[in-house]
Amino acid sequence: MGNAVAIIGTGQTKHGRRSDVCYPDLVREAVTAALEDAGITLKDIDGIVLGTMPSMMEGVSSTHFYFAEAMGSVGKPVLKVETCGSTGQSIGHCGFFWVASGMADIVLVVGSEKMSEGDGQATMTTVFDPFFQRTFAAGAPGVFTMQSMEWMYRFKIPEEKGREAAARISVSNHDNAMDNPHAHIRTRVTMEDVKNARIITYPVRLLDVCPASDGACAVIFATGEKARKICRKPAWIKGLGFRGEEFFYGESDKAIWMSATEAAAEAYRQAGIRNPLKELDVAEIYNPFTYQEMIFYECFGFCPRGEAPDYVLKGTFLKDGELPCCPSGGTLCSNPIGATGLIRLAEAALQVTGKAGARQVEGAKLALSHAMGGVDQFNGVTIVGSEL
Amino acid sequence: MAKEEHRIVKGQVMVPYEVALGKTWSMFYDFLKEEKIMGKKCPQCSRVLVPPRSFCPRCFEDMDEWVEVSQEGIVETWVYVNMPFFAQELKIPFISAQIRLDGSDTGFIHQVAGIDLTEFEKVREIVKLGGRVKAVWSREKKGNILDIAYFEPVK
Repeated sequence: MGNAVAIIGTGQTKHGRRSDVCYPDLVREAVTAALEDAGITLKDIDGIVLGTMPSMMEGVSSTHFYFAEAMGSVGKPVLKVETCGSTGQSIGHCGFFWVASGMADIVLVVGSEKMSEGDGQATMTTVFDPFFQRTFAAGAPGVFTMQSMEWMYRFKIPEEKGREAAARISVSNHDNAMDNPHAHIRTRVTMEDVKNARIITYPVRLLDVCPASDGACAVIFATGEKARKICRKPAWIKGLGFRGEEFFYGESDKAIWMSATEAAAEAYRQAGIRNPLKELDVAEIYNPFTYQEMIFYECFGFCPRGEAPDYVLKGTFLKDGELPCCPSGGTLCSNPIGATGLIRLAEAALQVTGKAGARQVEGAKLALSHAMGGVDQFNGVTIVGSEL
Repeated sequence: MAKEEHRIVKGQVMVPYEVALGKTWSMFYDFLKEEKIMGKKCPQCSRVLVPPRSFCPRCFEDMDEWVEVSQEGIVETWVYVNMPFFAQELKIPFISAQIRLDGSDTGFIHQVAGIDLTEFEKVREIVKLGGRVKAVWSREKKGNILDIAYFEPVK
């Protein structure tokens, strides 16, 4: 895995509709918070990694130029990395690689999005090729609904049971977001609210779907030596995995989903995890759609294939359950996409360092973070722990 | 407290493109003009891919053999889209579907139509996971994916 690497600071904006600030100022808000959390200044940073969604999201290309000052990257090496929704995990991995290789001591990683400024679904539709699939694309809801329908059909999950479990996931994420001061949506919802919400793409309803958020997140990676010197309680990187699959949607099996399964398996192998349900204390899963969260539970080995709805209905993934998932309220309640995967990692780091405030899972020592990107094409996982 | 108004600037970026199809995909559209759906077969793993590929994405081998696949297949998954967004090509409501054409080894993305799409509850009685659909051709061929107008449920 290279040299030991730890997270020594994280910062997040208040996510939501942030028309009160311009985009660079939003980025600086997260960077400033991360530097304060780590107790260092820009002088201590050796290099910067940035990631966002495609430029069309806000209509400004090459945002690593646009944010140069806001990220403090003037006079420093800077990299931009994009993998759509999984960008947040990809840039976290790049921060790790840079430090683990011994080429830098401290690296600042920044993810951001300002979705209120553009048309999210129109932008995401351009991720499809212009020859075969774009004509029939219906943004993110179209893809994730197709995947969820295929999954339920494959494992013979009755529609009512799937509906009940997805509604439970919506209710618990909304409840959890009440504890998170950064969350975009902070409203309690009931099972009835979810089941009667407006249909987006059947069976997916409005409260099964994440909002389009503005927000940024910054995470600071350091060598083991620097981390021990600077930080009272670092979050150690224990394992990471990233996998992609074919571009054309119909070419791989999305009910089993190799990329999600193998990315987690690789991270588990590095972290020495054999039974994730028992060994992990908390998971921050990229869950823009309630139904899809259940597919991830299965890919990550939290339960057998086809049984996620049963585990959800018995409360396994609630805050006081066997493996609490998304105590932050998750992607379902805040989704500034380029930042989202990094927010999952930041939340996992907060959990294992006991800094998660009202959303803290008591005694959490080992946490999984994750993000998914493209037309169901990429998945990335990072596992952090309180000890190396 | 009255909601604070924030100043914004409205804008739009329009960029023209001329995108090359390449040899394999050009030929696929030439075959569509003859009302044939053609895939390519991998010499190593023997899978037949539609859309065709110039090389097998799993074996990384050149794919030179064209194979005609059936114009009928099963619906592997589908979605009823009634959500508008900027620059959408199809008029809502429409159905996107992943169709496994007989004789192919991949899901082909197209639309299911030819039925009354206005009410979802009626649509779901006709369009089923695992149900069979067949291609309906556009009379005029323009060399794009809508030369197959849509797939309609087989009664």
